[in-house]
Amino acid sequence: MKVMLVDDSKTMRTIQRNILMQLGFKEIEEACDGLDALSKVGPFAPELLLVDWNMPNMDGITFVKTYRAQGGRSPILMVTTEAEKTRVVEAIRAGVNNYVVKPFTPDSLSQRINETLTRAKAA
Amino acid sequence: MRRSLRVRIGYALRAGMALLAARWRFMDAQQITSFVVSTHQVFSTMLSLTVTAGKPYTCCAVPKFENEVSGIIGMSGDMQGMVVLSFPTSTAKNVIRAFTGMDMEPLSPDFADAVGELVNMISGAAKAKFEGKNVSISCPSVVIGKGHKVAQPSDAVCITIPFDCPAGQFSVEIAIKSAKAAANPTSQHPSSAKAA
Repeated sequence: MKVMLVDDSKTMRTIQRNILMQLGFKEIEEACDGLDALSKVGPFAPELLLVDWNMPNMDGITFVKTYRAQGGRSPILMVTTEAEKTRVVEAIRAGVNNYVVKPFTPDSLSQRINETLTRAKAA
Repeated sequence: MRRSLRVRIGYALRAGMALLAARWRFMDAQQITSFVVSTHQVFSTMLSLTVTAGKPYTCCAVPKFENEVSGIIGMSGDMQGMVVLSFPTSTAKNVIRAFTGMDMEPLSPDFADAVGELVNMISGAAKAKFEGKNVSISCPSVVIGKGHKVAQPSDAVCITIPFDCPAGQFSVEIAIKSAKAAANPTSQHPSSAKAA
């Protein structure tokens, strides 16, 4: 399965990549902001996206709205420090399928990834 | 959170912060406590390090160690100001090793990236605890250099919370105020980093 990591922090992308590889995901693409991600979703065609909220150039919410408007249907897991309920609601309305608040443990991120994929299969 | 930690945090903070909050109306004790709790959360969850908070003091007091690595985040919205996570180099290297699993030199771009992500998580987790406040945080900046000083906005009270952990000592400096307090400033100066 193809997974795209969208986060402006290389450290965070590396942590997420390591967790995904432990879960058996091998095809992983990285993007450093929403604009970079938009340029890569076409050719890479991810089947799951992990997206940060606060990023330069284009933030995660704008990316999600644009990706959905362009017909992108893959499940999106938002991984962010934005923990307020109002932000979670805003993200879900924008088209996010599931939500993880930083800081996270490898177990909690793994659980949300599996949950997101299970829900997407059932839909 | 374990009871012993709550007791330690409570002991350190009640004495210092109630006094500070009473003297300056811009920050309340709960908001300062939010940073202590969020720092503990980030270090225990992402670094497997237990931190102990010391008694907070105003930033004009003599610092307990020389800042050599600082991650800086701006806050805007209902609360405005900045948060600075500062380390001596030795502590920063230990902390980044615990965070990334790799040894890095401070001049490496990845080192600054990791410091920025730490202050991002601490600030994000803290602001989520500001009840009824709509607050946004900026992308982080990182300053590396011996003896630098991060100048805080002149119209906000700055409070330093010292921390100790197995990786060494570090601090979280908070200079934030409510937007109402910011509405009638006598002067506003952007923050800047200066070499000492």
